[in-house]
Amino acid sequence: MADASYPQELLYHPEHDWARIDGDVATFGITWHAQDALGDVVFFDPPAVGVKLTQNAPYTEVESVKAVSDVIAPLSGEVIETNTLLADQPELINEDPYGEGWMVKIRLGDPAETSGLLERDAYVAALQE
Amino acid sequence: MSAAPPATTPLRRTALYETHVGLGARMVPFAGWEMPVQYEGVISEHRAVRSAVGIFDVSHMGQIEVSGPAALELLQHLCSNDVAEIEIGGAQYSVLCREDGGVLDDCFTYRLGPERYLTITNAANHETDLAWFVAHRGTLDVAIVNRAEDYSMLAVQGPLAREIVQAVANSPLPERMKVGTRIVNGVEALVCGTGYTGEDGVELLLAPTDAPTVWDALVRRGAHPAGLAARDTLRIEVCYHLYGNDLSTEHGPIEAGLGWCCKEDTGFIGADAVRAAREQPPPERLVPFKLSGRGVARPGDVVVGGGEVTSGTFSPSLELAIGMAYLPRERSEVGDEFEIDVRGKLRAAVVAARPLYKRD
Repeated sequence: MADASYPQELLYHPEHDWARIDGDVATFGITWHAQDALGDVVFFDPPAVGVKLTQNAPYTEVESVKAVSDVIAPLSGEVIETNTLLADQPELINEDPYGEGWMVKIRLGDPAETSGLLERDAYVAALQE
Repeated sequence: MSAAPPATTPLRRTALYETHVGLGARMVPFAGWEMPVQYEGVISEHRAVRSAVGIFDVSHMGQIEVSGPAALELLQHLCSNDVAEIEIGGAQYSVLCREDGGVLDDCFTYRLGPERYLTITNAANHETDLAWFVAHRGTLDVAIVNRAEDYSMLAVQGPLAREIVQAVANSPLPERMKVGTRIVNGVEALVCGTGYTGEDGVELLLAPTDAPTVWDALVRRGAHPAGLAARDTLRIEVCYHLYGNDLSTEHGPIEAGLGWCCKEDTGFIGADAVRAAREQPPPERLVPFKLSGRGVARPGDVVVGGGEVTSGTFSPSLELAIGMAYLPRERSEVGDEFEIDVRGKLRAAVVAARPLYKRD
């Protein structure tokens, strides 16, 4: 597994999810900390395209060898694309959580919600508490 | 994701705590101990044990030494198996039962001398086992000594395990299910041909102060550090019971599939209940299963129509979800299909043959 990292350009949800904002589209995934806590991921089933996600609510599950965990939506919006690679290669979530391990892309429902997310340094500080 | 609840009592650490931290292990609370759950990752550790050799710190496990003229008599009363069959230097698996047949613990007993035995207990049960031993001593001429503080325990498991331990040992290692004292990497160790992975290998009982150097020597020779997570996936693949999951006071050894280690004629505590269960089979029994689709059943998941999952994981060897469940006896034959409620989704499962994984 890769070393711990928390990219500066992402926004973070305290439940260990990240969001990358690009205009009115956001990409979601789980953080390095989350995948490390889960251990080797063995199943990931994304929500269907078109499903509406609600900020702070679980939108799918990620299953590792030893546990299953809800994945929380850091922002609200409609799913426009999912990472189909993860069906056969769920280990990408461990190997590259901010890159090839991304989970869904959404059309942002309410861009103002980003104010509820953490900047990188605040998230990392929260991890150390 | 959510954080674990704060521990109420301080966790104990094995002699290898600093070693684990230095290796980058994730440490977790387990049965009152702070133990390594994984180092690199559960799948790679699991595969290392199946294909080469892994090393586990199992120092959380307890040891009770029983010695004296009546040592056999006491153990025969407490252990379900026929302790009289253990030769000096032999090992035997047993369960400890209550009068009603409920299982208090499962354990290995090694015979170290004519009147000297060492019983290996589960960490979570060690104190109650010890109290159980003492409570049944009565007027018997035996000494019961808690040896848990005196030993660290390393499990070296996998097809190359014997080779790397032999390379640092002073004489041939005990065979499978045998035990003997050897000099290992320059220090005295009790070497036991036992394990919990389905692979060949040994378990080493040694002074805690010696444990770090022996661990390091075996790692240098190629043993992959492996954590509790891999220990669990390995034992489920070969259908070994875990006390607290597959065994409890709620179930007797017959329904748990452990009738083979119960010799009722010895008159052990619970023998009458076990005999009755053998003659009149209990309504449920523990069986291995496989899931046919995605998802992983976990302990506590309910079987549709009755029954409960007691162990469940993803099998790195088979690359599908497996486990063990108590099922109604009439629906527990190999090939019987059933459904498990996994977090609100029904998952199709099938009763499978034991063991779930077998080396080619």
